[in-house]
Amino acid sequence: MRRVITLYRSSVGKKVAMAVSGLILFGFVVGHMLGNLKAFESHDGVGPHPLDAYAEFLREVGYPLIPEYGLLWGFRIVLLAAVGIHIVAAVQLWRQSRSARGKGYRKETSQVFSYASRTMRWGGVIVAAFVVYHLLHFTTGHAHPEFEYGNVYDNLVIGFQNPLVAGFYLVAVGALCLHLYHGLWSIFSTLGVQNPRVDRIRRPLAAVLSIGLFVGYAVVPLAVLAGILT
Amino acid sequence: MELDAKIPSGPIEKKWEKHQFDMKLVNPANKRKYKVIMVGTGLAGGSAAATMGELGYDVHCFTFHDSPRRAHSIAAQGGINAAKNYQGDGDSIYRLFYDTVKGGDFRSREANVYRLAELSLNIIDQAVAQGVPFAREYGGLLANRSFGGAQVSRTFYARGQTGQQLLLGCYQALERQVAEGTVTMYNRHEMLDVIVIDGRARGIVTRHLVTGKIEAHMADAVILGTGGYSNVFFLSTNAKGCNVTATWRATKRGAGFANPCFTQIHPTCIPQSGEYQSKLTLMSESLRNDGRIWVPKKAGDDRPPHQIPDSERDYYLERLYPAFGNLTPRDIASRRAKEMVDAGHGVGPRKNGVYLDFRDAIERMGKDAVSERYGNLFQMYAKITGEDPYEVPMRIYPAPHYTMGGLWVDYNLMTTVPGLFAIGEANFSDHGANRLGASALMQGLADGYFVIPLTIGNYLADGPQGGVDGNHPAARDAVREVTEMQERLLAVNGNRSVDSFHMELGRLMWNHCGMSRNEADLKEALEKIPELRQRYWREVRVPGSGADLNQSLEKAGRVADFLEFAEMMCWDALTRDESCGAHYREEHTTEEGEARRDDENFAHGAVWEFRGAGEEPVRHREELTFEYVPLSQRSYK
Amino acid sequence: MKLTLHVWRQSGPRDEGRFETHRMDDVSPSMSFLDLLDMVNETITLEGGEPIAFEHDCREGICGSCGMMVNGVAHGPDDLITACQLHMRSFEDGDEIWIEPWRADAFPVMKDLVVDRSAFDRIVEAGGYISVRTGSAPDAHAVPVPKPDADRAFDAAACIGCGACVAACPNASAMLFTAAKAAHLSYLPQGQTERLERAMGMVATHDEEGFGNCTNHGACQVACPKGISVDYIARLNRDLMKATLTGVGMEGSGGD
Repeated sequence: MRRVITLYRSSVGKKVAMAVSGLILFGFVVGHMLGNLKAFESHDGVGPHPLDAYAEFLREVGYPLIPEYGLLWGFRIVLLAAVGIHIVAAVQLWRQSRSARGKGYRKETSQVFSYASRTMRWGGVIVAAFVVYHLLHFTTGHAHPEFEYGNVYDNLVIGFQNPLVAGFYLVAVGALCLHLYHGLWSIFSTLGVQNPRVDRIRRPLAAVLSIGLFVGYAVVPLAVLAGILT
Repeated sequence: MELDAKIPSGPIEKKWEKHQFDMKLVNPANKRKYKVIMVGTGLAGGSAAATMGELGYDVHCFTFHDSPRRAHSIAAQGGINAAKNYQGDGDSIYRLFYDTVKGGDFRSREANVYRLAELSLNIIDQAVAQGVPFAREYGGLLANRSFGGAQVSRTFYARGQTGQQLLLGCYQALERQVAEGTVTMYNRHEMLDVIVIDGRARGIVTRHLVTGKIEAHMADAVILGTGGYSNVFFLSTNAKGCNVTATWRATKRGAGFANPCFTQIHPTCIPQSGEYQSKLTLMSESLRNDGRIWVPKKAGDDRPPHQIPDSERDYYLERLYPAFGNLTPRDIASRRAKEMVDAGHGVGPRKNGVYLDFRDAIERMGKDAVSERYGNLFQMYAKITGEDPYEVPMRIYPAPHYTMGGLWVDYNLMTTVPGLFAIGEANFSDHGANRLGASALMQGLADGYFVIPLTIGNYLADGPQGGVDGNHPAARDAVREVTEMQERLLAVNGNRSVDSFHMELGRLMWNHCGMSRNEADLKEALEKIPELRQRYWREVRVPGSGADLNQSLEKAGRVADFLEFAEMMCWDALTRDESCGAHYREEHTTEEGEARRDDENFAHGAVWEFRGAGEEPVRHREELTFEYVPLSQRSYK
Repeated sequence: MKLTLHVWRQSGPRDEGRFETHRMDDVSPSMSFLDLLDMVNETITLEGGEPIAFEHDCREGICGSCGMMVNGVAHGPDDLITACQLHMRSFEDGDEIWIEPWRADAFPVMKDLVVDRSAFDRIVEAGGYISVRTGSAPDAHAVPVPKPDADRAFDAAACIGCGACVAACPNASAMLFTAAKAAHLSYLPQGQTERLERAMGMVATHDEEGFGNCTNHGACQVACPKGISVDYIARLNRDLMKATLTGVGMEGSGGD
């Protein structure tokens, strides 16, 4: 533990914390996206929608060995911890950097590799705000007009039929993927993955993954708006 | 002024070994009690400070830069010689020694040069162990190239940045000692005087370049590794900060200055592009390995180079020196270029250069191979001139580059002032009248890593001098004199900038005491310099105050010193009534236009004793004997 | 060419500082940027003012002394050069040019465009060397170094310590400098013994000096006059993780 603390104390350690928590969150984001696509599974109109069944599965997986909701909450705790670490480390790094610059430049010309890297912090804040809204919207239902617990598919369709909600969702997912584009690339560097063969594919890989995620997420609200999912 | 070179007896290959044994040692437990001041952190100073720190001395190291890593050694491009014979091409310590004495046109001290050649081996070992990334072959062993007139491949290099890499090695060793507390660094401190007490150097006066504080630092010995004085010409390849101040102020305190007229002109620099230009850029001499030098046969030929057919090109070095071709020593290559330009064959917009052409090399080796070898130099050239040397031949012209002259030192590298030592380019010892390519780095490091750390012990072993501090009258006087000089400079408040005087002096020196010299010009210079100096002290304008960072004031002091030193340089050039090496007197040439030495009258080092600004200095001699390398006329035909 | 220059002037560390405008009428495209500053200073001197303080020395891009933000870009608009290698042909007649010092808390401004970069020396002091006593080295050929390693070490060793990486980094981080020095030594067999301690020491000092952290923007690589790659930072990160997680340099970790 002492060694981990020593590592965390250095600026590199905080970045490692960002990278590891980021990687966990990335894994979640991928899984979530794949789960969402259940919405497209054909449904004969009888019984629960496959998406609802999938949600039910998540709640019950492992039962009776593990109590109901057990694994789900386990996941949630890991995710919450990852989010917490990600945000705390981000804030600490941001404070260190802000004081490091001192007086800024009168004339600034950005020389960074990508737009994504410049928007990490504000992009992160937007994503965080979205996550809160998203939970209130689809998980607890507080921000949903006609929320019915367990009817995931209906909640989703009704939720996205409001173009404003769908639009916000798209913007947020866009911000998330931009965040991931730089984040994924960055994880390699922070965790010290460095050899000439990997270096060349780092950026393309990050681009493909983040664009793939964006498409995967965006098709759901778009399909609702287009009337494909009803 | 007594000039005892203290050359050890015995056969030349045993002298250094014998001397190391004969020298007195300081007990390791006592070394910490000896305080040594090192001024300068280039290859010589940096390596000396690091090594003396390692040995246990209390080292106080000064640089006027913001960091020791900035010293001008960093700019050396080509390489460093060492008689490793890794190529198996017949090289040896003796051959390196021989080449250096002959290349120096028999005006260097054999014993010193032999030691230099011997130590060259250790330098490479040391540098590699420190992590200096020398060029390597695919087998993982070190690569060598032939360089600047050598017929064996003994030059180790790190792309075009050998000086930088070697200096970083020293710098890292130095920082390691700083971390261990054996060396105290004083960055942004300019040395402005030597404090001499009872005939011994006991300290220095420095100005803190940021706070302006002038103070005395006392020690048991003082070492100067403060580089050369090529900037007396204003336009040179030296860094803008290079100056003669440290060595000149030592001269004014009684150190003899040897052979100030031996200034080397480097043949491959980028020609001046305009009057506003502040410095000249050197292109590594290694370019001559594959580039061919030529001018149009017809004077004033305005055609672009690719339109001039081979039959109308004069590859004059290949024509005049079939054996060495484009690799003739620096002084010869430089003078021939000057002659070509003077005769109207110059090329480029100002007609002030000759071509260095890679067309044939690119055809022979391919563009990639050329780029592998010279890529960064080509890039540098393109940045400066806006021309692509892969397409258009480079234009080059000689420029002042290195000064073989410097403080006279004996075999122990001690000046005529006991306790005051000089190492690297700041001393005069090893290169005679002309330095061979890739030998400067070698000398700086040999002096710094291997000679001075031992010889300083021999001096110090007589017991710590102790007993003086900054309140000693001599120290207080020196501080007062430095302060007064600064105040005088600030008080002139004239109407011309320091730079404008420096430029004027530079032009005068280039025209009268430059690449070729004659009696009439030198005499004229000796009349004009004092006049210029007087005008300087009447008309210069040094803005700002002495109490903070004031770059004009820094320059003002240095130019004031150049204005005094230039006179000594001209006296030396005038009284050395022969041609030798880089010192070319138009009165003394062979029928083929080569330098003609006069060994009967001038086989000596001329050591000048300062007698006061404007007064004729006194010329002393150190007679040179050549037991091992028979005196002969240099021939590169 | 006619140019308008806005130059940062600050009389000392405690001065507020301000921009000063100079109009130059007779600028030649073949001038270097520092020749131009010399010309401005000549004018200022003759008009009775105090010239602009700026650091410079070799004027051929190797000593690392010079450095300034030119229109918000470290060392000015051209790639792979230092300010002294920037030539006026890179500008257009009538351009306005903003000249500012490097900005970083760890590089306090001393006067005008001159900043204090001694933090870099202290980072090197913290382990940026190979411990070898003078005279104790084995023959240079005793340890062959594979050419690719030697080349990579060299690419990292090309760093001139100018500070452009810090100046350009949105976080004012000096990780490129630190990583380049560490990588120069860690690619060589001679540098292995102290490799992990070096990473620990240098990064710790980097943080103590008040530099920001690296968030992989890559601005440093773009600004670097020697084109040093951010990939070296990854290498340093790995060494640091390895060092801390295996407890190198910590009490009771098996040292001595």
